[in-house]
Amino acid sequence: MGNRRRHVKRVLAVASGGGHWIQLLRLQPAFEGCRIVYVCTNSGYRYTVGSSPFYVVTDAHRGTRWRLLFCALRLGLIILFELPDVVISTGAAPGYFAIRIAKVLGAKTVWVDSIANASEMSLSGRLVRPFADLWLTQWKHIARSPGPHFVGAVL
Amino acid sequence: MPFDRLVRTVDEWARAAGRKDVFAQIGSSAYRPRHLESVECLTPAEFRQRASSAALIISHAGVGSILTALELCKPVVVMPRRAALGEHRNDHQVATSQRFVNLANVRVAFNEEELLATLLALDFNEMTRSLAAYASPELLARIREFVRAAPARTRYWRR
Repeated sequence: MGNRRRHVKRVLAVASGGGHWIQLLRLQPAFEGCRIVYVCTNSGYRYTVGSSPFYVVTDAHRGTRWRLLFCALRLGLIILFELPDVVISTGAAPGYFAIRIAKVLGAKTVWVDSIANASEMSLSGRLVRPFADLWLTQWKHIARSPGPHFVGAVL
Repeated sequence: MPFDRLVRTVDEWARAAGRKDVFAQIGSSAYRPRHLESVECLTPAEFRQRASSAALIISHAGVGSILTALELCKPVVVMPRRAALGEHRNDHQVATSQRFVNLANVRVAFNEEELLATLLALDFNEMTRSLAAYASPELLARIREFVRAAPARTRYWRR
């Protein structure tokens, strides 16, 4: 058997626009050497990722059932196409859907709750718990031993 | 509720530092600033837009303001409102200030003199440099390790 080509890990990074996105970008050094694909709710952030693939999904939150559905469907297509090894999100709802869908397909998943949630985990963060292999809060006082865990913050 | 002490001190800083780039939301403040641009009120969207493009945020020590600054990864200088001066219903902003004072991007001034001194001493270049572009080394390391350990899925349908 000859030498195997070293597999480049495929990472899908998902975040809503605004604060979630800014925090996601601050995690970029963790993905050096990986093929990273980005998903956001706002096309205006494309310039922040250089030449990496960048998809846009519908902005969705708890009040809008159809938008949530379209968001989930589009994410499903993206995940089937990109087949990530790891999915990471800093929130909110699109990240939740991406992690749930990718888990079905056997990816490893990371949730980093937004630093703006300083008293308790966000709703998406609580809902994603059964599907997140690494479930993180950015505040020490929110951390618990079964999770969420605290290992640092984006600042 | 108005916070004249904050508006007045920032106005004084703008004058002393010769700054022409200060914008303020001043609410019902009776004090009319002369060295900065101000409006009474911003919509939430306008506020976020202004905060996103600001190099520095100066604010009362409200949890919302501090968390917005954190979320947008902006340096922020805060001064707590005090109930005794009619600036708030209670002194919880003092407690909030103490809670957030250790964060990298938060500076707290407990009175006007401290606020003016803090603002005058600010070195914007140093502030940009010290508020590093990326997350804490521990968080990055944990995620890096997680990604490294994640199985490669070249044949996902065979699991």
